[in-house]
Amino acid sequence: MSTTTAPVDSDTSPSSAADPRRFGDRIFSGLAAASGIMILVILAMVAAFLLVEGGPALFADPAKLISEGYGEFASWVAPYAFGTVWAAVLALLMAVPVSIGIALFITHYAPRRMAAPLGYLIDLLAAVPSVVFGLWGAELLAPSVRVFYVWLNENLGFIPLFDGKVSGTGRTILTAAVVLAVMVLPIITSLSREVFLQTPRLHEEAALALGATRWEMIKMAVLPFARPGLVAAIMLGLGRALGETMAVTMVLSGGKNITFEILTSDNPNTIAATIAQNFPEAFGLKTNQLIAAGLVLFAITLAVNTIARWIVSRRAEYSGAN
Amino acid sequence: MTTISQSMAPGQLTAGRLPKVVVPALLAGAALLGLAISLLVGGGNLALAAALAYIIFLIAVEVSARIVEGARQAADRRATSMIVGAFVLALLPLGSVTWEALSKGAARFDLTFFTYSMRNVVGEGGGALHAITGTLWVTGMATLISVPIGLMTAVYLSEYGAKNRLAKAITFFVDVMTGVPSIVAGLFAYALMTLIIGPNTGFGFAGSVALSVLMIPVVVRSSEELLRLVPNELREAAYALGVPKWLTITRVVIPTAISGIVSGVILAVARVIGETAPLLVAAGFTASLNNNLFANPMMTLPVFVYDSYAHPGVDVQVYLDRAWAGALTLIAIVMLLNLIGRLVARRFAPKTGN
Repeated sequence: MSTTTAPVDSDTSPSSAADPRRFGDRIFSGLAAASGIMILVILAMVAAFLLVEGGPALFADPAKLISEGYGEFASWVAPYAFGTVWAAVLALLMAVPVSIGIALFITHYAPRRMAAPLGYLIDLLAAVPSVVFGLWGAELLAPSVRVFYVWLNENLGFIPLFDGKVSGTGRTILTAAVVLAVMVLPIITSLSREVFLQTPRLHEEAALALGATRWEMIKMAVLPFARPGLVAAIMLGLGRALGETMAVTMVLSGGKNITFEILTSDNPNTIAATIAQNFPEAFGLKTNQLIAAGLVLFAITLAVNTIARWIVSRRAEYSGAN
Repeated sequence: MTTISQSMAPGQLTAGRLPKVVVPALLAGAALLGLAISLLVGGGNLALAAALAYIIFLIAVEVSARIVEGARQAADRRATSMIVGAFVLALLPLGSVTWEALSKGAARFDLTFFTYSMRNVVGEGGGALHAITGTLWVTGMATLISVPIGLMTAVYLSEYGAKNRLAKAITFFVDVMTGVPSIVAGLFAYALMTLIIGPNTGFGFAGSVALSVLMIPVVVRSSEELLRLVPNELREAAYALGVPKWLTITRVVIPTAISGIVSGVILAVARVIGETAPLLVAAGFTASLNNNLFANPMMTLPVFVYDSYAHPGVDVQVYLDRAWAGALTLIAIVMLLNLIGRLVARRFAPKTGN
């Protein structure tokens, strides 16, 4: 036995390192590993450089920020952080039911042959650049939904959400949220589709064999199985909605008001939109302050995405058993 | 049993079913009724008519199914109507955006638009040549940076990683990286360049760096998936012939998966070519043609659209027309890239050996 293993051992022995082909092997694997490590370094650099460039604003004397920047950091960024989360939550409230409906339509309702083209149609929505959605939202959507907002305000104004004086332009946080909803729709849809397709066929057929209608089968077999995957899909959609910039920048006439009224012209802006609107004109400490705001946004989205990925990876470990 | 027996006539073995014509008939009726009400109270608003028709249809189906088929079938029909409704609802913005871009973009979608920059243009005329070339430069450079890093990382994950801790960490952080907001990527590129060369007003290469941050994870994910599809027999056959691992990868594994990798790269380009926010921050604005990636701001098509819309001159409509023409160009480029990507993937699909 020892004689047969000897040549294999010599393969890794120092003498064969002189072989030019093995030398190429070491370089290539080194390059591959270096690229992988490079990605970790880039992500670390994103956080580090934002901290370095945002730091002067984060740790500056509040008086200096008031005179040279946009004002004391925490109170300046708070309404924008609120606006970011509020717009994203509103968007998800609209997008989630619709996306799950579309995913169910494509996986369980549409004719088999139509499923792939219909899925592609929804994916096209993801291909439209955000700036085009911004233009569409500002030029077409905002003016045309105003009538509806007036009606909501007159008839359902007793609900605090619809209270206040209706914006004259329609550029409210609700309009921005509608555009955001359209933009996160394809993401949530494609992830939910994948999850729905993983439902064990036997579970579905068992439900149908017991006499369940199609909807009862979905309620009993598909949705319970898909729940963790759906949560992850929604979280990833949330991450996208939080970081989306141009749609909000172009559609929303944002201010610094923390309010839950979604039809008025006093809307909280989002962090991303604030940066985009002010960055080109900013200088000195103002630039630092905007970068620090970006750091806040980065932290929020990082937390949301990490939780989502954690749910996905946890699911991957046990889904094989089913 | 109680629910079933309710909907069954005595002596009958099957529950009642609505005839097939009922649902289309109800839909047509609801549409007409919705249109009529909308004409009476809303001045013929089509959106109002559609919404009313949908609600009337839901109620009509619910009532008729409940009477003839029972509660369970009614719930099933309600779910079907709502699920189909959700799909149709999602098509509305897609159709609307496409129609708007086509109809409003056509006004300035002419030769001047593709052959002139905005230098010294204040009113009519002018074009997006500077923005189109800028987009090509910035995106091309981003591709040059992202593809080697992304592809080699994918090679590491599928060929060398073997589920060790580094590979697991990379997979996790690549996923996290897909979620980095685009504007944060732009701020990162700006911060990096500020640390290297001091305060600046943006230049093309900084934009490329920002886009790379967004592009690398997409390239890694798609390439890794494709490399894993390459059958192990091919690798083993190469090893059996005494081919070193790196040559096996470069001569056997990657060529087998190349069509998928190329299509993945094209789709990744399509994804970042429409990004606005990072370029707004990192590459800046200009009205002139600039072919130097390393000095002076460089205009890009998405930023051109945003700038024309957000900072119009005296004659607003002229600027809006240019913005829509830019949007149409952008949509055309993205759709074309998507189409090419999918065609490449289908036409040259990997040969799996059977």
